[in-house]
Amino acid sequence: MKVDSIVNGIVIDHIAAGKAMTLYRLLELDKLDCPVAVIQNAPSEFMGKKDIIKIDSNVDVNLDVIGYVSPNVTVNIIRNEEIVEKKHLSLPKKLTNIIRCKNPRCITTTEQGIDHIFMLHGADRNEYRCYYCDAKP
Amino acid sequence: MKNLINILDLSVEEIAELIEVADDIIANPAKYRHVCDDKILATLFFEPSTRTRLSFESAMLNLGGKVLGFSDANSSSSTKGESVADTVAVVSGYADIIAMRHPKEGAPMVAAMHSTIPVINAGDGGHYHPTQTLTDLLTIHHEKGRFDDLVIGLCGDLKFGRTVHSLIEAMSRYSGIRFVLISPEELKLPSFVKQEYIKNKNIEYVQSTSLEDVIGELDILYMTRVQRERFFNEEDYLRLKDSYILDKAKMEKAKDDMIVLHPLPRVNEISTEVDDDPRACYFRQAHYGKFIRMALIMKLLEVKV
Repeated sequence: MKVDSIVNGIVIDHIAAGKAMTLYRLLELDKLDCPVAVIQNAPSEFMGKKDIIKIDSNVDVNLDVIGYVSPNVTVNIIRNEEIVEKKHLSLPKKLTNIIRCKNPRCITTTEQGIDHIFMLHGADRNEYRCYYCDAKP
Repeated sequence: MKNLINILDLSVEEIAELIEVADDIIANPAKYRHVCDDKILATLFFEPSTRTRLSFESAMLNLGGKVLGFSDANSSSSTKGESVADTVAVVSGYADIIAMRHPKEGAPMVAAMHSTIPVINAGDGGHYHPTQTLTDLLTIHHEKGRFDDLVIGLCGDLKFGRTVHSLIEAMSRYSGIRFVLISPEELKLPSFVKQEYIKNKNIEYVQSTSLEDVIGELDILYMTRVQRERFFNEEDYLRLKDSYILDKAKMEKAKDDMIVLHPLPRVNEISTEVDDDPRACYFRQAHYGKFIRMALIMKLLEVKV
């Protein structure tokens, strides 16, 4: 399968297989009018299978969303067909308005105009908890 | 400006300082009678409470300050749909410090984010109740004389019991602590509390569904009420409400120097026949609450004697 390389834009690489469409939705890539390629189940030497998203435009993407949905992703910034920056993402410490608290007793269920915030917690730092009520997502 | 939302907002050293001030207030009440003469406490109680609200009000009045506020959501603008953020933004102009109780978990945190004056969490749903914990700590300090090397039994509703969560957080910072968690299966301690404050700190603990089996091991027995208001389903409440009742027969199996604490109000989980037992500390505990709240108000208002 061949997808043309991009001139100026972003390549989100090493997405866990099956997560590309979740990212596509959360990053609202459907609202862009530039070419966007979603490649699923691409062969990967280290991951076995991986997903890739190519965006043929210089847009701002929310790196926290990407890190949350699929940690260990690489974001390549492309300028004139060259990689000018490579960002290796990990789980962000704080998620703001990316996910909502499901605890029916949480203040976020009734308070209008409040940011939905989750903080990374735990000894091994891989678990999110609501900033307000400590519930898991 | 500092707020008290969670007991862990206070370091062990700050708690020791508060206890020292509370002890001095108990010994020399006249010295503190006018230290807050020009200060106002707003008690914003979106959920009914007797003890905590009166304790806060009594604390402020004993410091010479004044009190305003409301005692349930029906007498506040929240019934008109006003947000917590807007309420505290307005109250910040009327008072010097806020004590807030709210049925929603995290509400005092939201209040603190929008307030220009210190906010004290006076209980948020089944989440935290740090001033009850300060009360518990002052009681333990007076009745046991130490915070280290204690076997602490927590009995009843460990799932929704916010006082239990805060007490575990606080006591997990001292050495030689062992927790005995006594509850029905349905009201076990939430996993995040157990993981974060017991397992991650390698604190010894056991879980039991029987109070009788473990009461003999305890230095402190912390009884809690199964709270009707925390249940979405009345049937579940009725099934679980009488899970544990502490009576004279069970007290006979306890150590001579064990102390019984309860955040109150009790319903029937401690039989009234236990009240005369010198090990029953719950009414003294309620009195200690006023003194530690006086110390806390002074600290947050940065008032000196």
